[in-house]
Amino acid sequence: MMGQPVPQRVSPTTQPHRGVEGEAPAALPLEGATRAPPIAEKPVTKHPPEVPMTPGSTGLVLEEPLLCELSRPGRQSCSLPHANDVPTRAPEATLPAALLRQTPAALPEISEADLVRHFTRLSSWNYCKDAGFFPLGSCTMKHNPRTNEAVAALPGFAYLHPYQDSGTAQGALALIAALEEALKAISGMEAISTCPAAGSHGELTGLMVIRAYLQDRGDPRSRVLIPDSAHGTNPASAAICGYRVTQIPSGPDGLLEPSTVANAMSDDVAAIMVTNPNTLGIFERNIREICDIVHARGGLVYCDGANLNALMGIAQIGEMGVDVMHFNLHKTFTTPHGGGGPGAGPIGVRQPLAPYLPIPRVVKTAAGYGWDASAPKSIGRIKAFYGNFGMLVRAYTYIREMGAPGLRHASEYAVLNANYIRAQLTASYHLPYATPALHECVLTDKWQQPGGVKTLDIAKRLMDYGFHPPTIYFPLLVAGAMMIEPTETESKESCDQFIAAMRAIAKEAQHTPATLTEAPHHTFRRRLDEVMAARSPILTWHQLKG
Amino acid sequence: MEIDKECKFTKEHEWIRLEDNVVTVGITDYAQTQLGDVVFVELPDEGDTVTKGESLGVVESVKAVSDIFAPVSGEIIAANSPLKDQPEQVNADCYGEGWMVRIEMSNIDELEDLMSPDDYATFVAAEHG
Repeated sequence: MMGQPVPQRVSPTTQPHRGVEGEAPAALPLEGATRAPPIAEKPVTKHPPEVPMTPGSTGLVLEEPLLCELSRPGRQSCSLPHANDVPTRAPEATLPAALLRQTPAALPEISEADLVRHFTRLSSWNYCKDAGFFPLGSCTMKHNPRTNEAVAALPGFAYLHPYQDSGTAQGALALIAALEEALKAISGMEAISTCPAAGSHGELTGLMVIRAYLQDRGDPRSRVLIPDSAHGTNPASAAICGYRVTQIPSGPDGLLEPSTVANAMSDDVAAIMVTNPNTLGIFERNIREICDIVHARGGLVYCDGANLNALMGIAQIGEMGVDVMHFNLHKTFTTPHGGGGPGAGPIGVRQPLAPYLPIPRVVKTAAGYGWDASAPKSIGRIKAFYGNFGMLVRAYTYIREMGAPGLRHASEYAVLNANYIRAQLTASYHLPYATPALHECVLTDKWQQPGGVKTLDIAKRLMDYGFHPPTIYFPLLVAGAMMIEPTETESKESCDQFIAAMRAIAKEAQHTPATLTEAPHHTFRRRLDEVMAARSPILTWHQLKG
Repeated sequence: MEIDKECKFTKEHEWIRLEDNVVTVGITDYAQTQLGDVVFVELPDEGDTVTKGESLGVVESVKAVSDIFAPVSGEIIAANSPLKDQPEQVNADCYGEGWMVRIEMSNIDELEDLMSPDDYATFVAAEHG
């Protein structure tokens, strides 16, 4: 019963689980053109939070029906001109009869004003980084600097077409080459591919490079070692790459021990995947020795670089003996995250693995920059075109704006903020590992459990205080984990507000536990029935009506 | 926490019940409590062969997705397919209706690696701290 940890996010975004959510307002009766959206369940006055709330936890929140419910026959949101210069052709003349509709598609018919309000109201239900503190551990939810956006919007970047001649896109290719150099300098790796489109995609690409390298060496291997403190995507990437996964336990202080690796290591192990610092936020200080053990038996070392935010400008992953790593540009290098993505997960390798990197690769010749897609040993293309180029522009902008000292400062503040929160909360919450940690801290609900309060309840109650909850129930090796990562973005004031909320919640857990087990009280929707939503999801308009 | 005295146990919190050379496999009360409400169970097909220590299926709850590890090697002779529609049986009756698979053992000696009910109780107490 050990397996893939699923970092869980308790979303404060209030998805209307109609037909699932018992307390949600009933479907709205909509008559004619009068659509008076009632204000949702008014944020309740009972259980007022004990510390001042940040903006966004109460206020004017507008209910909004589905597009299908808004539809009225004959309404439309735009009017198209008659195309006098294009000949009209009957559908029967162009499509087989079997494909022709007998009745028009029942698409929603909505005016432009209603349509704009629909999506604007829905967007107001969302909670975002630009609205407040977002301490999702392991996700590194940093501020996205506006300078990045201004640079990415420059016409020479924004209006590029992937098929245009590279002779007319020299600046863009030069940027990719310069970003590769910057990532080399930051990581100590020797060759970079910016093609992968996400961290997990980087993991898979990195493992494919390892597999190609080992096969070429005439030494195909079948297993990958993964510590129990790794990211959940690691075993998934290894399995998709065709490897069997062997999970290895971390020691009592949350560190991977060289003796454990030595015992698990054998001649059929292709690689070990290490996250450093690991998901407890703890720096794997035996990493050099672990690399030596794995290398001595012919294996390679993959480092999940998702937590590079703690090391950037301070320590180089390449110096630790790592052979392959990925970078999460949407974490460490401030490009947008989640729905604001797409992501970007470049990988870095040591020189012997460089011939196997995906194509195309940027090369510089006497004639300027160009693409090299000829590499005979390459694993091939792993994504259409050249990666998520807009993200490369943003990351490069951030790196140049910060400079080496700035990047180091960012890591130092990320570590300082996490340790400040940890130190301020260890009187209120159980700290499972006392080992010094870097950029995130993991607490548990152990002291609250006897009163019937669980991590989930604490996370839900945090929403009443105006905060996005931290990652919960991850890492899996910690029962009832709450994984808090403030990042360097947060000021002392916002850390203090969060600390005050967490302390107030710990007190509530002692004195009025029902306040927590029934939370959230102030959100647009109250507690959702996540079990029913997973077991009997209603995913379509027809299911909802039926 | 309930521990079925008729069963033997793994460190990964599976239970087995032995009849001749066939074992019935499920997850323990401790495991289902830790997982919380189970929302999905994926089981192997009858006729599949499984190797001790390797994943034979998956249990998904709102908290986590966990592998079910084969406590012994052998052939799957039955899978509790009703769990696909009623995963809540794993929570409601983990030692009964919530069973997962029956395995015809290929190596009876593997039973020696499993824990007795008392040993499992001690193991869980130590792990839970």
